[in-house]
Amino acid sequence: MSDVKEEKFTPAADIEAQAASWLQRRRYWSWSDDDQVALEAWLDESLAHSIAYWRLDAGLGRAERLAALRNPAPDQARLAFSGQDSQPRNRIFPTLTRIAVALAVAAVLGAATALFLLRPHDRTFSTPVGGHETVAFADGSKIELNTDTVLRTRMTTEQRVVWLDKGEAYFQVKHDPVHPFIVIAGDRRVTDLGTAFVMRRDSARLKVAVMQGRVWFDASNRQKPLQSALLTPGDVATATAGAMLVTKDTDRALKTNLSWRHGVLIFKYTPLADAAAEFNRYNRQKLVVADPAVAQLTIYGTFPTNNVELFSRVVRDVLGLHVRANGDDIVISH
Amino acid sequence: MSETPEMEFEGVRRRGEAMSPSEVAAWFVREVLPLEGILMQYLHHNWRNQSDITDLRQEVYVRICESARQRLPDHTKRFVLTTARNLIINRMRHEHVVPIEAVADLDALGLAIDAPGPDQIVMARDELRRLQAALDRLPPRCREAVILAHVEGLSGQEIAQRMNIAQATVSEHLANGIRGLTDVVFGDRGRNP
Repeated sequence: MSDVKEEKFTPAADIEAQAASWLQRRRYWSWSDDDQVALEAWLDESLAHSIAYWRLDAGLGRAERLAALRNPAPDQARLAFSGQDSQPRNRIFPTLTRIAVALAVAAVLGAATALFLLRPHDRTFSTPVGGHETVAFADGSKIELNTDTVLRTRMTTEQRVVWLDKGEAYFQVKHDPVHPFIVIAGDRRVTDLGTAFVMRRDSARLKVAVMQGRVWFDASNRQKPLQSALLTPGDVATATAGAMLVTKDTDRALKTNLSWRHGVLIFKYTPLADAAAEFNRYNRQKLVVADPAVAQLTIYGTFPTNNVELFSRVVRDVLGLHVRANGDDIVISH
Repeated sequence: MSETPEMEFEGVRRRGEAMSPSEVAAWFVREVLPLEGILMQYLHHNWRNQSDITDLRQEVYVRICESARQRLPDHTKRFVLTTARNLIINRMRHEHVVPIEAVADLDALGLAIDAPGPDQIVMARDELRRLQAALDRLPPRCREAVILAHVEGLSGQEIAQRMNIAQATVSEHLANGIRGLTDVVFGDRGRNP
């Protein structure tokens, strides 16, 4: 599988969630010797487990000490709430209690908002030029948005639909045979069959590359049949207005195309014109390759996506080209 | 668990010696966690994909604790940040060659190491404010559960009754509350509210 190396370890967020679950059980619920044994077994499973637990335990302890949140007399809270001044023993206690009670009241009022937030509805996610963001959904699926991307989601109990309006995104889908995960990009549609894949949409074409599992690639509108295909790992489908081409990429090439997930661009004997175009997706400051001879020169290396300056410095020093700023542009020439 | 007398590992004189698990835990809480704000700032600054940051932090922590079992570092802050730097460089190399200059950029690390440590008093005041902000940022139901637990001192079961929700939901709220508060106490999410 392509991503073995990355997926081997448990994500920190998962471990932290487990640690928090243990900690709250121990703190707020009845706790038996058996529970203790089970907790210790979990802690011993890996150092990462222990560390996450130590951290949350210390964090909670510190929060409590700091805010003196713990166990002020309940009637004091009520007094503060009713607006009468109780004799403060120190300054922090009553103030915080009052804040806490106010928060509690707000919390009750806020319940309506929470319900609204929990109700499934359409949401829009977008990233600016140079942006990069991951959205996690309740079903366990994740979407990672690359630079300058807009997508909309409709996640309900009946359906999971995403519209990729522009840009590029990496999808990691929790497979659910009853509720397929569908991504619509204009007149094309991808239906996941348990999967990780990346989609990139620009004005002229749509590109889908599959890392894991399988996806079904077809027309989004049944009235307008387009060529369809079942894509498996390594498959890259490129669709333009009327045509679709499926090619096989090596594992290595696929990873290179996903390097944006790590904030870098990888070039391997890439023509300067293409490299510049890639950079321009991520930065407001645009690279302009002035003459065709220069555009044909190739470049090899890894660059942070947001560092045009570094790139132009390397181009200048390594390829011996002339680089100059022209307003918002950086012009590369002989 | 361990029956080693407390006195034996007090103070800094045991630098450079192997430690027991409970000593590692104590050292981690005492010396490493207060640096979390600085570490996170460093990671945020040098790693573009913000969703990797907690994984990176975890890996830094695991590495330093593993190494601390063998030998306690002489200079905790330097050690933590150097570990973070090496980790980032390795991650970049994982795919391909990194231009020399990108690595050089990471060496702004020296600045972070030499920056003065946070003043404890100022911190405490600041933390209190952040903590209130943190409570504010918790989702309403979660916040309500946290407040019932801490202000009214209710047990999980009592909270479930009071809020009229399932016990499992209370657990979830309380666990999320712990996570949110911890992030703030150690100075990450308070950074950009």
